[in-house]
Amino acid sequence: MSPVTAMYVAQAIHGLTYGMLLFLVASGLTLIFGMMGILNLAHASFFMLSAYFCYQVVAWTDSFWIALILAPIGTGLVGIIVERFLLRKVQKLGLGHIGDLLLTLGIALVISEAVKTIWGTESHQVLIPPSLQGLVTVAGLEYPIYRLFIIGLSLVILGALAFILFKTRLGMIIRAAVSDRDMVSALGINMPRVFMFVFGVGTLMAGVAGVAAAPMLTVFPGLADQIGLDAFVVVVVGGFGSLLGAVVVSLFLGELNSFGIQFIPRLAPVLVFLFMALVLSFKPMGFFGERDE
Amino acid sequence: MPTWGMGGCSVFLEINDLNTYYGPSHVLQGISLTVAKGEIVALLGRNGMGKSTTLKTIMGLAKPKSGQVVFQGNSIFGNPPHKVSMAGIGYVPEERRIFPNLSVEDNLLIGVKGGVIDQSNPDAWTLEKMYEVFPSLKKRRTNKGANLSGGEQQMLAIGRALMGNPSLLLVDEPTEGLAPIIVEAVRDILAEINKMGVSILLVEHNLNVAMSLAHRVYLMGKAHIGFVGTVKELDNNPDARAQYLEV
Ligand SMILES: Nc1ncnc2c1ncn2[C@@H]1O[C@H](COP(=O)(O)OP(=O)(O)O)[C@@H](O)[C@H]1O
Ligand SMILES: [Mg+2]
Repeated sequence: MSPVTAMYVAQAIHGLTYGMLLFLVASGLTLIFGMMGILNLAHASFFMLSAYFCYQVVAWTDSFWIALILAPIGTGLVGIIVERFLLRKVQKLGLGHIGDLLLTLGIALVISEAVKTIWGTESHQVLIPPSLQGLVTVAGLEYPIYRLFIIGLSLVILGALAFILFKTRLGMIIRAAVSDRDMVSALGINMPRVFMFVFGVGTLMAGVAGVAAAPMLTVFPGLADQIGLDAFVVVVVGGFGSLLGAVVVSLFLGELNSFGIQFIPRLAPVLVFLFMALVLSFKPMGFFGERDE
Repeated sequence: MPTWGMGGCSVFLEINDLNTYYGPSHVLQGISLTVAKGEIVALLGRNGMGKSTTLKTIMGLAKPKSGQVVFQGNSIFGNPPHKVSMAGIGYVPEERRIFPNLSVEDNLLIGVKGGVIDQSNPDAWTLEKMYEVFPSLKKRRTNKGANLSGGEQQMLAIGRALMGNPSLLLVDEPTEGLAPIIVEAVRDILAEINKMGVSILLVEHNLNVAMSLAHRVYLMGKAHIGFVGTVKELDNNPDARAQYLEV
């Protein structure tokens, strides 16, 4: 393989890694919006919170693997508590979208201040576990093992999510609720409980992404900024509530980012938004949008 | 309380002085009505009077401000939709509201309460029984809900509600926009379901369909009930028809 091809492949894997992490964050965001019409402004904060949980668990146990299990579960639990005791109450007030937006913005601010208070403003290093350090050589090309691990981990979670959504009754209920949640509840299904589950799973997946990202990006208070914006773009461009849209657009944005930085570094920061503006001017509901509200 | 033509049947659903608002607009102003066990009751009136809102309020999809809703002796006033459904009330909404991205069979299965068909109960609805009553759905079982004709969607909406084995069915404008031959089919299905013992509260703009099915009729004026009586009494009351039905 020529050096140029090798460079392209390396860049593509780089993009794929970020695209997969982005998918883990964006899929929860899009499902929560699709089912409840809530744009969760705190979603990326859960990603960051989980990265801090990971840092803390590693500090205590010296094991990335324990952190990979505990941090997302802890984050998911925080998500469930937020849904059950805050979001559900605010929704009952009947303030419409403003209520949800203010509450989730508030939660984002609280998480952001809390991590600074607890862990300080400096960045913390999380080491890649020894078994995932270094490079593997495949077909004459060297790949960082940790990036391949992230891609594999994301694929496993994507598979599990697809299984739940398309092979279980719960998934059937979630898919139906994305198009008409009132009708689902009129069939005897306890939607608040289903939504609590979806919110928990959504934050858990953001949590997995947070742990996976921690060793690559280090853990610091601004960790969620870029992925939060990008996840928002994914949901808008992919179509609110569309999981397929989230997969496709996440992967595309990952590559756009990666190659953008490589070839047009000065434009790279705005490329994502150019892309969003372009798509929305042709498809205002996003590529795979089903809702017509 | 008068019990027009109910012939001593027990009251099954009883609504008293129900008030519902959409924001500031007072859409139901003291609605009272009853449905007896085994009865078909038609709720008729011009557009925008509050018929759909009455059904939605019973179902818990619109929040009532005051009044009573009693079903089989228990208050269901203000209950969330899933609890109303679990109490035994099925809902066939205006515009059908089929899940477009689910297959026909999944649209039926999602109506099964708790997700498990009760095989021990010989009266419980199963897919096989459903497909006997609705052969057209069997042919389309793997199609997406979005790909059905209007008539098929209506049958599916009825079937989906039946899969929950309701004892009372709220049906909103089931013949709207359907060809005459399909209107007949829907009418016959509703009659058949009623014969199986399911009470029905029917909102219907097609007077012939309503009159041929119903035992009793309520006519709605703006936000209130203006007339109650048997089908025969409505037949003999051209004034009521003129006031509440004719355009
Ligand atoms: N979601 C809603 N928000 C505000 N007003 C509504 C809503 N749905 C219905 N209305 C109003 O409530 C009144 C009753 O509507 P509806 O119950 O649908 O009447 P009907 O079924 O008799 O045609 C109408 O004036 C309608 O415009
Ligand atoms: Mg109506």
